[in-house]
Amino acid sequence: MLRGKGWGISFFDEMIGQDSEVRSPYRDYHDWFEREDAARIQRKAQQAEAFFRTTGITFNVYGEDEADERLIPFDVVPRIISASEWRRLSRGIEQRVRALNAFLHDIYHRQEILRAGRVPTELIARNEAFLPMMMGMDPPGGVYTHISGIDIVRTAANEFYVLEDNARTPSGVSYMLENRETMLQMFPELFAKISVREVGDYPLNLLKSLSACAPPQCNGTPTVAVLTPGIHNSAYFEHSFIADQMGAELVEGHDLRVVGGRVAMRTTQGYTPIDVLYRRVDDDFLDPLNFRPDSMLGVPGIWDVYRAGGITIANAPGTGIADDKALYSYMPDIIEFYTGEKALLPNVPTWRCSEPEHLKEVLDRLPELVVKEVHGSGGYGMLVGPAASKKEIAAFRAKLEANPRGYIAQPTLSLSTVPIFTRAGLAPRHVDLRPFVLMSPQGITITPGGLTRVAMTKGSLVVNSSQGGGTKDTWVLED
Amino acid sequence: MLGKTAGSLFWMARYLERSENNARLIDAGFRIALTRSSTAQSEWRSVLVTAGQDHAFRQAHGEDYTSQRVVDFLLRDPANPSSILSVVKQARDNARTARTYLTREVWEAVNTSWMTLGGLLKRQVREDDLPDVLAGIRRHSAQVAGAFSGTMLRNDGYNFARIGTFLERADNTARILDVKYYLLLPSVAHIGSSIDNVQWETILRSVSAHRAYHWLYGTEISALKIAEFLILYKQMPRSLAFCCEQMTDNLDLLRRAYDDETEAVRMGGAICRDRLSRPIQSIFDGGLHEFITDFLRANAALAQQIERDYRFVE
Repeated sequence: MLRGKGWGISFFDEMIGQDSEVRSPYRDYHDWFEREDAARIQRKAQQAEAFFRTTGITFNVYGEDEADERLIPFDVVPRIISASEWRRLSRGIEQRVRALNAFLHDIYHRQEILRAGRVPTELIARNEAFLPMMMGMDPPGGVYTHISGIDIVRTAANEFYVLEDNARTPSGVSYMLENRETMLQMFPELFAKISVREVGDYPLNLLKSLSACAPPQCNGTPTVAVLTPGIHNSAYFEHSFIADQMGAELVEGHDLRVVGGRVAMRTTQGYTPIDVLYRRVDDDFLDPLNFRPDSMLGVPGIWDVYRAGGITIANAPGTGIADDKALYSYMPDIIEFYTGEKALLPNVPTWRCSEPEHLKEVLDRLPELVVKEVHGSGGYGMLVGPAASKKEIAAFRAKLEANPRGYIAQPTLSLSTVPIFTRAGLAPRHVDLRPFVLMSPQGITITPGGLTRVAMTKGSLVVNSSQGGGTKDTWVLED
Repeated sequence: MLGKTAGSLFWMARYLERSENNARLIDAGFRIALTRSSTAQSEWRSVLVTAGQDHAFRQAHGEDYTSQRVVDFLLRDPANPSSILSVVKQARDNARTARTYLTREVWEAVNTSWMTLGGLLKRQVREDDLPDVLAGIRRHSAQVAGAFSGTMLRNDGYNFARIGTFLERADNTARILDVKYYLLLPSVAHIGSSIDNVQWETILRSVSAHRAYHWLYGTEISALKIAEFLILYKQMPRSLAFCCEQMTDNLDLLRRAYDDETEAVRMGGAICRDRLSRPIQSIFDGGLHEFITDFLRANAALAQQIERDYRFVE
């Protein structure tokens, strides 16, 4: 299959080295794979698809017929991370999430970092996710980012970069859990042979972590609920999955109202107060009285309850400022400012197009760079220079010149690859990794591994599911 | 539990029951249309009336009561919000909303039946495929029922779903009687004389009880016995008495769990007590049609009261 020759490519493959050697974390898996009948694996892969369909692990694509519930492609070859690699990653992730929280607290209080001139004030002032109403507010337990997802890419044996911070409402955790469940069902013998760290305790850790952030007015065991925009939302499966796994109620705006100074849900026996609301709706839609008056998704008056310490909203309103890609470029400074340490995980070098010299360089080198909208997500509205046509580049150049502040640029990274299973055998495809991080006053919990997203098309660097990307089970090996 | 979730479980169960009942009605109608082509059109019409879809049918297709037209309308016509295909979709939407209260087995059974039906009913069903398709619908329904009874926690969510099932079933049986009651009237077939064989068979087939009837009453067929069987016989799982008993049992479990004797609990009890605890002769004496009309009204009122008392909507 793969034996005998390297793939003769310049990017880093996590399974096979340049010398055709199988790298050590993959050795046991590769041995198993070599002995396995390809037709059997093929059959299993088809079963996996049927399994995802009956389970309903689908997502709706906006603008398409509702009947078109799509599956995110799942690849049966796991992405494997060694214990020592994971130790290094998780230290870096923990440091980053602590710094993010300290930063958010500072921005919504004394703004020391702005006064010190380490981050430009206008990055906050112009940030659409900045919520002036959060100034001086103390979210219960001092936690802003109860759940965050730190996107990481790899370019060489010892080179990991943080690509993006997702502190608003990171999604994908249900895929992490269902991917593992699927692998356990399909290849139980693998897990007997290879010691892989557990991910299934995520829902209980989430419940514990959210409960530990209960508001001052909560007495007794906190009642946790998950707020979803409803069954037509593209991530509804995930919302119901998380609620189900935590044993929490899954509520919509019309199930909630403010009763006696608390946010309460309409139960069969009347209104019952909620202590912690894990919301999967954006800030703008939370409270039609205080934010967007046309929103039907939120709860009128929830903001006032929040201010009075009657409910915990997770993540805290206003955390979205940290997802801004222009702000991202300051993360090394932010980490140093609050922790007094150098960042353990480096950022990808980033040009801020708002700065004239940066813009000039970006425009000169456009065909070789990746350009992203500062508020963009999901792989929409970005330019991958080396993959773009002359026409696309020219069009993007015009956009950049018209609104340089709206963009950042990065070198096109040679993302690492992990093989996927194809009819013709193993074939390398580019991947990234989104570990999920929980934070409470009791500490930070990182689930070993996370969600590996993989570009299913040969050569493609875009891993987003909205752009045809798939996922893999992610294994962190026991020591 | 959330009022909305209780409502979704209730409606999920109603829609699932409705799809199964409609499949059974089509089956019975199809049989009679095959054996008696002369009255086929009026039989199909009475199937549509029983399913409460005659009005919608006439708006879409006029008086064209041919087998193919009616079957397609009842099974999969996109213009028909009560077709089996749309009803199963609504059951699945409700199941998705109540997903956190369903076991994986129940959810997968509901989801699978929606997916399979979507495939089976993609295009018009040929007459010779119809029995298979109908059997498929009932098989999926049985799978959901099996998963439901085998894996669900016996809590309030379970009770709401059960109440939905039996409310819908009682409604269906009463409608069948309502459409066919004239066959059971003494003026048409007086007691002791045999009524139209095919007609009574259709009635019994519509509730899948044609063998059970014989098992119980032997070969003797009378209007009074059929009415007694469908209305009062408690061992028959589609009789009004059985459905009512199940509803009141489940309402009573809710009363105990919530320590709240709601108006719905009282209404459910009253239906059993006032309407179904009397001999069949007295029902006939008071007028079968009046009895059924009154039952349908009481059943619908109970559904509304449940929705209010348990806060399905604000």
